[in-house]
Amino acid sequence: MKEYYFQMDQLSVGYNGRPLIKDINIGITQGEIVTLIGPNGAGKSTILKSITRQLALIGGNVTFAEKSLSDYSYKDLSCKMAVVLTQRLHPELMTCHDVVATGRYPYTGRLGVLSPEDEAIVDESMRAVHAQDIGSRDFNAISDGQRQRVLLARAICQQPDIIILDEPTSFLDVRHKLELLAILRNMAKEKGITVIMSLHEIDLAMKISDKIVCVKGDHIFRYGDPEEIFEEQMLRDLYEIDNGFFDPRYGSIELPAPTGEPKTLVLSSSGSGIPVYRRLQKKNEAFVAGILYTNDVDYQLARLLAAEVITEEPFQPIKEETYEKALALLKKCNRVIDAGFTTGPINQPMLRLVEAAKQAGIYEKA
Amino acid sequence: MAGLHEQNTGGYHAENFRRRTRYTFVFALLIAAFFLITILNINTGNVHIPVPRILKIIFQKAGSQDEVNIIWRIRLPRILMSAMLGGALALSGFLLQTFFENPIAGPFVLGISSGAKMVVAIIMIFFLQSFGRVSSWALIIAAFFGSLMATGFILIVSRSIPNMAALLVAGIMIGYICSAVTDFLVTFAQDSDIVNLHGWSQGSFSGMNWSNVTVAAAIVGISFILTFLMSKPIGAFQLGEAYAQSMGVDVKRFRIFLILLSSILSATVTAFAGPISFVGIAVPFLMKRSMGTAKPLVIIPATFMGGAVFCMVCDLIARMALAPTELKISTVTSIFGAPIVIFMLLKRNKNKMQGGGVG
Repeated sequence: MKEYYFQMDQLSVGYNGRPLIKDINIGITQGEIVTLIGPNGAGKSTILKSITRQLALIGGNVTFAEKSLSDYSYKDLSCKMAVVLTQRLHPELMTCHDVVATGRYPYTGRLGVLSPEDEAIVDESMRAVHAQDIGSRDFNAISDGQRQRVLLARAICQQPDIIILDEPTSFLDVRHKLELLAILRNMAKEKGITVIMSLHEIDLAMKISDKIVCVKGDHIFRYGDPEEIFEEQMLRDLYEIDNGFFDPRYGSIELPAPTGEPKTLVLSSSGSGIPVYRRLQKKNEAFVAGILYTNDVDYQLARLLAAEVITEEPFQPIKEETYEKALALLKKCNRVIDAGFTTGPINQPMLRLVEAAKQAGIYEKA
Repeated sequence: MAGLHEQNTGGYHAENFRRRTRYTFVFALLIAAFFLITILNINTGNVHIPVPRILKIIFQKAGSQDEVNIIWRIRLPRILMSAMLGGALALSGFLLQTFFENPIAGPFVLGISSGAKMVVAIIMIFFLQSFGRVSSWALIIAAFFGSLMATGFILIVSRSIPNMAALLVAGIMIGYICSAVTDFLVTFAQDSDIVNLHGWSQGSFSGMNWSNVTVAAAIVGISFILTFLMSKPIGAFQLGEAYAQSMGVDVKRFRIFLILLSSILSATVTAFAGPISFVGIAVPFLMKRSMGTAKPLVIIPATFMGGAVFCMVCDLIARMALAPTELKISTVTSIFGAPIVIFMLLKRNKNKMQGGGVG
């Protein structure tokens, strides 16, 4: 078996001696970003608390840098591992600098007096999270986004080999989420700091992580590369979604498709159909889409939202039977929306569909 | 608060430099206040002694025998005791606030002083009846166990109800129960004991002697040094238990140590001077505000000095306001302390609403 940098071996975690999640076997290489995803209450925080020694392990073992976690003294561990927790902090009369400076704790002397070098490291950590401007402001008077960055700076200031973050992006708006994750990625790739965190946003998790851990029920549901994990069916099973979708190719989340008998046909290509699909979805009007090449961007969304999609193989002329299928659908509809499409030598049948719609008097331009 | 809103130039080093100037200034003020109030305290009383003669008596022990006696036997021990015990009380409040992560915690509101008072009363009555006398050490040990008992009760309550309001109510209730038991005992104690017991159970710095001073100095001195040496983990603990642990603090050991120290400090005060209210809450709050920080390295000595000055002023007022009748010390500390606590609550609430944070 390969020796990993951070390894959970037959780990059981839980509260008061009662295991909540069992048989966790995860190996992490140095400098990797590993993200825990899973429904609320699945026990992501419990795992994180256990590997940071806030909770006693119930069974199994955690090895970190070739040493068992339980063999570390609190002090030795604090030089190697830093945390960013979900709990809200309300420290009294502390500036952001002061909060960050607490990261120097393991390195200062008996009374915790900061040396000029320590102060320089505090400034540097603030710059690393682009928070140098708010250093002397009261920690309680800054925004959630700033607060989260300051707490990350605190963790960086501790100069750890590994940072563990519990839902660092909750409370943040999109911009601050992206900023925070970009900082984490830089840290991991440039300084080789290992990052273990939990995230709610599966789309972001997919984009930032080297490895994904899916936590569900009393076990690890799946563990592996994001590409393996993010299959549509897997995510539906993990979150028990039966309405709505997650599209793993783009990492986008879709509301459920419209229901009922489709009465509208949308003709489009190269993305022109997307706004039309969304409009129909919001009105909950079921629709069919066609004729789309399976490499068309419209196809990716139509697949999720349309009641039926008439497709053709990429770069092939539209076959007569495909056209016939589309025409059959068109005849059942009372509305044909032309969202605009380019025509060339191989998709002439699209124009025939437009003609058929005009003859039936149900044609409209989007 | 001004320090927190200064311009954001110069990085952390510059910020710390500005703050150190402020600390120095406040400490200088505290030292000046200490000497001023010491002189005032020696100087005033039923017998008025002018300052030059005081200096002569203190440094040369020369002067009229009556005046030497008044200063050396009565006023000096009393001043030293009110300074040391005031400091100890404020410090014990600061430790409890750290422990419970709540600025309204203090030995008096949490019923810890009353717990100590009750056990001391029991021991006092028992010793006075059996041996006719009781040593300072026995009283301190009794007060220590009383404090621990009350603290233990509060801890059990805080485990099952993690709610600050409930915690305070529990503290106040245990305070009432212990006071009721004490009153009961005092009422049934023999006449000869009552004079002693009654005065003490009301809280007062009167009747201190040099052997009291030595014992108190030893205990308070050692506790103060130990507390000061714990500045670093206390600072870490201000970010909460989980963060403290991630910084390398052995949280379990630290909590036990904190409770023992705060109990010893408040027990010493109760053993010698009885229960004294509000000092433990008001002084740490005032010190944090005037220093503009909650850093234990600064606040621990500041709180001790602030508590000393505060209690010396209150004791002077207790002695002089209705002279020759003395007020209970708690009467005076409450008059000054309670409004500060109310102000603090209002301010805290306002901050919460402004900051949008939920505590």
